Amino acid sequence: MSRAGTVDRPAGLAPPTGAVRLLAGLGERGEATALADHVARWGLVPDPGRRGRGGFLDELHRSGLRGHGGAWFPAAVKWEAVAARRLGRPVVVANGSEGEPASGKDRLLLRRAPHLVVDGLMVAAETLGASRAVLYVPASEARHLSEVLRERRRAGIDPLDVEIAVAPERFIAGEESAVVAHLDGGEGALPAFTAVTPVYRKGVDGRPTLVQNVETLAHAALIARFGAAWFRSVGTEESPGTALLTVTIGASGPRVIEVPFGATLRSVWSALGESPAEAPAILLGGYGGTWMAGARVLDVPLAEEHLRPLGATFGAGVVLAPPPTMCPLAEVAAIAAYLAREGAGQCGPCAYGLPALADAAASLAFGTRGGAGGPAGGGLQARIFQLCESVEGRGACHHPDGAARMVRSALLAFGDHVDHHLHIGPCPSAAARGGRSVPRPSPVRVQGAAPRPQAPRGARLSGARR
Amino acid sequence: MSRAELRVMVDPTSCDGYGTCAELLPEWIETDEWGFPVIRREALPAHLADHADRAVHACPRMAIRVVRVRS
Repeated sequence: MSRAGTVDRPAGLAPPTGAVRLLAGLGERGEATALADHVARWGLVPDPGRRGRGGFLDELHRSGLRGHGGAWFPAAVKWEAVAARRLGRPVVVANGSEGEPASGKDRLLLRRAPHLVVDGLMVAAETLGASRAVLYVPASEARHLSEVLRERRRAGIDPLDVEIAVAPERFIAGEESAVVAHLDGGEGALPAFTAVTPVYRKGVDGRPTLVQNVETLAHAALIARFGAAWFRSVGTEESPGTALLTVTIGASGPRVIEVPFGATLRSVWSALGESPAEAPAILLGGYGGTWMAGARVLDVPLAEEHLRPLGATFGAGVVLAPPPTMCPLAEVAAIAAYLAREGAGQCGPCAYGLPALADAAASLAFGTRGGAGGPAGGGLQARIFQLCESVEGRGACHHPDGAARMVRSALLAFGDHVDHHLHIGPCPSAAARGGRSVPRPSPVRVQGAAPRPQAPRGARLSGARR
Repeated sequence: MSRAELRVMVDPTSCDGYGTCAELLPEWIETDEWGFPVIRREALPAHLADHADRAVHACPRMAIRVVRVRS
């Protein structure tokens, strides 16, 4: 059954044994790993040609690698769907657009370990027989990545030239069909209706297209070197390997940490030197993720099979814990308003439904009497649930679904606090924060510098300083 | 063995909420509070197939699809 023996392992290069993989061997100064250092650390990707085209798919299957961009889809199933198509040679896209404001791990990876990402893209290209490979990244990363690609070209290590495409700065620009639309010359990277014709069948240039998150590709690059059995040696049965989390606790900026699946948030808090008692409310997954009471989620193993029964999902590895003094419902209202603004405006239920949902969330947080702070009344809660239901599953993409999940989960997680707002009025924190106009707290964007990579044990690595 | 089933779908990026589909196929399509179609997700019963085709052709935005899927 196991073909682990067929994976080439460059002599002398040991796979990392601990829970730090993608971030292992990063320099102290925040610089991108040079190609020579990368090769010294990891070796070159063993030639997939020697296993035969498609041979890596078995290894990928056994690895159990899932998509780290938010959808948690099995990578091997996606690659196979692309491989199975006959209409033209495939296009492979490394998706590092990271439109999610609370996430910084993809930019960190692109900045600090770019060769691992490109290695993974090349493994995908060779496995699928692709004739075009694209790095789809934010403008802030484009310049240094073109240096990275120049370095690789000089070394002649890639079977295929890699292009860079700059992703527009908006929340939905990383959605798979929006990526395809942008690469096909569409304005603004808007999602398309793909229920009938998915992009694995007909994507960029009408060709089968793999759009894969950059972290997922970096994991694939290590699986190609060290095999599925090594990959599964940490993590859980259903959620093998490690994951990058972007963790924002209180007023501190976002920090990136690599953890094995199955670790608890409590261990993440302690690795970051934070007190878990100070986290009454945690948003998990991303802005379209799930709110949970800290006490309920801190000791749950971070793995899809443990989160799913709680109605949560690992998403893109975002962990956001507002300061304990902040009203979580005010935060919910602010994020709902952001998501309403960030919609593409293409689909009616989302274009009308999300602003209505954001309004209702603002009424709950800040009161219904024009900011005077009166109680919202019980009918509002039913209205919010009804709006969630009426937007869900009705967009071309999952943007409305995420907004609904985020708002609904807050109502379920913070029931007592919701009751206070409904029947007594906004809590002092929400009242202080504002009236009906929802001030958007500056999104926790990683500006200029990549967030700090953080080893769970051991030394702090300093953040990139550009 | 798989069996082909019919599903009615709307391309929400094309739909402008004219509501024609809901008038022609009320058994299967309702409209939400903004006038956009809410379509049942199960397999379309055979006796409604002709009505569904009419809804497809009447849509001013050509947003309605009847798709054959393998169950």
